[in-house]
Amino acid sequence: MRAYISIFRMRLIAGMQYRAAAWAGVATQFFWGFMYIMIYEAFYRTGAEREFQWHQLISYIWLQQAFLSIIVLWFQDNDLQNSIANGHVAYELCRPYDLYSFWYARLMGLRLSRAALRCLPILLIAALLPAQYRMSPPAGFAAGGLFVFSLVWSLLLVIAISMFIYILTFITLSPASARLIVGVAADFLQGAIIPVPLMPHGLQTALNFLPFRYVSDLPFRLYSGSITGHDALLQVAMQIIWAVGLFILGHIAMDRVLRRAVIQGG
Amino acid sequence: MIKLDGINKTFKVATRTTGAKASLKALFHRDYRHVHALDNVSFSISEGEIVGYIGPNGAGKSTTIKVMSGILVPDVGQCTVMGYTPWKDRREYVRHIGVVFGQRTQLWWDVPIADSFELLRDIYKIPPEEYKNTLYMLTETMGLSEFINTPLRQVSLGQRMRAEIAASLLHSPKILFLDEPTIGLDAVSKLAVRQFIKRINTERKITVLLTTHDQNDIDSLTDRVILVGKGRILHDGSMTEIKRRYDSTGDMSVEEIVVALYREHGI
Repeated sequence: MRAYISIFRMRLIAGMQYRAAAWAGVATQFFWGFMYIMIYEAFYRTGAEREFQWHQLISYIWLQQAFLSIIVLWFQDNDLQNSIANGHVAYELCRPYDLYSFWYARLMGLRLSRAALRCLPILLIAALLPAQYRMSPPAGFAAGGLFVFSLVWSLLLVIAISMFIYILTFITLSPASARLIVGVAADFLQGAIIPVPLMPHGLQTALNFLPFRYVSDLPFRLYSGSITGHDALLQVAMQIIWAVGLFILGHIAMDRVLRRAVIQGG
Repeated sequence: MIKLDGINKTFKVATRTTGAKASLKALFHRDYRHVHALDNVSFSISEGEIVGYIGPNGAGKSTTIKVMSGILVPDVGQCTVMGYTPWKDRREYVRHIGVVFGQRTQLWWDVPIADSFELLRDIYKIPPEEYKNTLYMLTETMGLSEFINTPLRQVSLGQRMRAEIAASLLHSPKILFLDEPTIGLDAVSKLAVRQFIKRINTERKITVLLTTHDQNDIDSLTDRVILVGKGRILHDGSMTEIKRRYDSTGDMSVEEIVVALYREHGI
């Protein structure tokens, strides 16, 4: 266990060093957040009462921007991917740890360090904006609690999905391709491009059968009370099942791929 | 201590001729070529030995090291190191070995070397007291103290290689595999590395297998060499013997002798 905690800490501390990058990130996220809000404002202005309310959409967008580094699949550990492609991974294969768990901890440190520096300033400013664009507090005590609980599982789930990118890199040996395929598809399927509640109903139902929307759509809608009661509990259960299931599957896949892996380079 | 018996490993390599037409064709149909990286490799090494594993580029040296360190699974053959089969009992086995890949790095790029060492301490679960002593010994003999708190990206290649070797010895392995430990080093660093290998071998009875293209490494470290070419073992014996056979006049350099040896075996 010590090895896993140690790599987690190491990535966390290393990631926190980059403060200038964090401020730049905050600025970028604000730009994107406002851009999305402007686009949807135009839509929402056209009359009709919508199921997904304006204030829920605003929270959805700001939460998305604040926790971007926890939820997006295109954010990955480039060093790690390159090490698989160029063979530096050889060293990691002769260490007495479980490689899957070790990398899982490493990715967790990376994502948390990113999020830790970015989420607070974004949330703080988003809560102080003029009423029209302001992020509201959670829909209630239960909603807030469930949101936090679910966000923790989001992190665990997103890493479990990410691990397949690294496993795939052992086969394709091309760092960009695996990341791009999964990253772009997931962006849409998890509602990072168009929020899931604004999608056609058929598509929304279909997305319930994929793991991606449990990464971000679920916690953000729990927060604003767009998913409540029985439904909320059921979906959080689904989220946990996905996270644990993919963790186990990933473990098996990793063992398989390592048995056949060819380490590149002399 | 180490025993390889009839190890074979074949790689499938995609081939295609150059040019746009060929690469278009390769989208639909690929030709593969089978490369025999290891062809019936057998040898054994006893405890406390230093063995030089030499051969031209692409002979299969690194592949052998990868098999022995449990990274690569051979197609056919037996390999037993300290009673373990490396690729089967990988996690239990690797505690007892140290590996240095001269062309790769195991240290973290953007953190001080000492932090990388501490991560290794946790990975190998080295007791604090033992870690302190080993680290002290390594720092002294390898002269690490002046740069141990510097991030890896700011140290020279010679310093890095010394740190790499030290990193592979933190958990006091019984066996050390060195894959080109002196590659790209200046004379001073090379000497330091050689002296150090010699020292841990005599003081701690660590068995060492090293690959190298620098014949001086062989000359100053070991008398036993295993020569490989095209995946096969061509010679296993003492350097003195080789010298006697090829260097009748006594004025050939080690390099020239090795070239003569390569030539005789047609590699």
